Amino acid sequence: MSKTNRRNRPTNVEGLQKERTGIPGFDEITGGGVPAGRPTLVCGSAGAGKTLFAMEFLVRGATLFNEPGVFMSFEETNDELATNVASLGFDLKQLIADKKLIVDHVFIERSEIEETGEYDLEGLFLRLGYAIDQIGAKRVVLDTLEALFSALPNEAIIRAELRRLFRWLKQKGVTAVITCERGNGTLTRYGLEEYVADCVILLDNRIENQISTRRMRIIKYRGTSHGTNEYPFFIDNEGFSVLPITSLGLNHKAPTQRLSTGNGRLDTMLGGKGFYRGSSILVSGTAGTGKSTIAAHFVDAACKRGERALFFAFEESQDQIIRNMRSVGVDLEPYVTRGLLKFHNARPSNFGLEVHLALMHKIVSDFQPNVVVVDPVTNFLVVGDLTDTKSMLTRLIDFLKLQQITAMFTSLTNSVTDVEDSEVGVSSLMDAWILVKNIESNGERNRGLYVLKARGIGHSNQVREFRLTNHGMELIDAYVGSEGVVMGSARAAQAAYEAAAAIEREEARRRKQRELQRKQELYEAQLVALRGEYESERDQLIKELEEDQKRESMVASQRLEMARLRHADIAVDIEENGARKGRKGTQR
Amino acid sequence: MKTKTPKRSRASQNGRLAETDGHAASRWNLRLYVAGQTPRSMTAFQNLKNICEEYLKGEYHIEVIDLMENPTLARGDQILAVPTLVRKLPHPIRKIIGDLSNTERVLVGLDIQPR
Repeated sequence: MSKTNRRNRPTNVEGLQKERTGIPGFDEITGGGVPAGRPTLVCGSAGAGKTLFAMEFLVRGATLFNEPGVFMSFEETNDELATNVASLGFDLKQLIADKKLIVDHVFIERSEIEETGEYDLEGLFLRLGYAIDQIGAKRVVLDTLEALFSALPNEAIIRAELRRLFRWLKQKGVTAVITCERGNGTLTRYGLEEYVADCVILLDNRIENQISTRRMRIIKYRGTSHGTNEYPFFIDNEGFSVLPITSLGLNHKAPTQRLSTGNGRLDTMLGGKGFYRGSSILVSGTAGTGKSTIAAHFVDAACKRGERALFFAFEESQDQIIRNMRSVGVDLEPYVTRGLLKFHNARPSNFGLEVHLALMHKIVSDFQPNVVVVDPVTNFLVVGDLTDTKSMLTRLIDFLKLQQITAMFTSLTNSVTDVEDSEVGVSSLMDAWILVKNIESNGERNRGLYVLKARGIGHSNQVREFRLTNHGMELIDAYVGSEGVVMGSARAAQAAYEAAAAIEREEARRRKQRELQRKQELYEAQLVALRGEYESERDQLIKELEEDQKRESMVASQRLEMARLRHADIAVDIEENGARKGRKGTQR
Repeated sequence: MKTKTPKRSRASQNGRLAETDGHAASRWNLRLYVAGQTPRSMTAFQNLKNICEEYLKGEYHIEVIDLMENPTLARGDQILAVPTLVRKLPHPIRKIIGDLSNTERVLVGLDIQPR
């Protein structure tokens, strides 16, 4: 989009003035609208949307740019037109009353008309000229001018007069849109493209695989470059929308803000904080693994934070989703009531891929959500082949990334053997991939969940058992044993076994503690007994020692007495016995 | 729509011619739409007058409307081509476009039986 604008800006400056149509998307692919002051030819087969395009050109001109317009209809009456476009929210009667619009129905009944000699179409010119002057019209629509060819017999005169008409319109300086029926092998049935050569737009409604897709192409646009692709467009209750959705390249911003998955345990698996804002998340798994439930939790978390969420459901109706999610404890209804959550439910086969994309593009632009869920992307394979679907999803992802919308895509994996295959081949485009699978063992199926990848997030490599309970989804550690992952009742059995073992271990520990206590008590008792024994023995010994001393001093005194009696040399005797304490004491 | 009296000198002369036959009791009420006083509109009026004089003498009323002056009137009779002759009466409405140079076609167009 921006690329086209940038390329066309110098051209605009140089000279070719463009008039904005106000039709969403159209002004972007043409780089500003239709050539101002010149006629533009809009051709297409019956039911391609020519009249609507032309009418919207006028109505938008009158309402958005305050440029009055004249609608000259050769087919439908004023009332018919007013009724037809009322369903698109255009109030023609009011615009007419406000002098913003003139609708002039030109009715020619061939059977009433006899041709006698020469004539011209000055009547038409005067009529148109008068209408233009009356409200100062800047825009003119001639809806199926070719009706003239069937109304008037002389083709040569009509051709000459039409040539004059287009010249006259240019002179008047009005921007005209002329619609034409598509001819057999030619753009218009009467070759009007020869006269209106400035801008030719082709509207097409093609059926592929029983699904119709409206497309628009700019065949010719003199003096300017323009998008040459076929652009899907659709007509809804707000009118015409052309959506030039192309891949926008890889220059989107990467926010660092994280947002919760809606499940604490899953957040923990994703580095404790959940996904990055603006990232694309793929949730893949086989049927009935709870992909939608994960998506619902994600939406629930977003709405709880007060963010806006958009749920594209291609399998279930809104009511069905709300009812089913209530059974796992997620009530989405209040968010719908509060306008935080919007559902868009459609069967993939309703439209072609491009229209789906265009529609999602439009809804996202209108609703401005923070979070988008597409459930499931694999259903698009019904309407398109793998390449088309991948291309469409790439553009969708790019678009959402650019808007920094966090998107969760669920993908149904059909193959039981190769679950790490995203079916639509978009896994490489995704920033995070959560895989849910059924693990069958011991006669039961259990869900296992793991994070296959999460760009820029340190994530757990563990398989978690994933259970859906009536209060939400639960992630439980899975036991990994020699026979692989143990889940469900086997996991319960394992848990019971481990609990029993733990009790036993506790018992043993207590036993040991008691033993220690006993030992301590025993030791202390023995200690007391020993001490008693020791004390009595000590007393005895002290007593004996005192007696010995008494006896010894008695012997010494007796010896001294004897020596004195014998006049012995006392000094020698003392020196010989100096070391002996008992004697020392006695010496004094 | 009110009867329009031609304004230009030549047109008023035409109008006078038309009025000579009296419009009150005219069985043939004819309206000629022209765009300006072009040679073609002159021719058309002359041709019409001649035919009426020859085939509808005393029974017709011609009204000339110049769309240049009254462009709003083009819507009423759904006029695209000029000159256009509209047979208002007798019913049903018939339209003859061109300068009315082919008298036989005009008679067929007006559904007048040649005498």
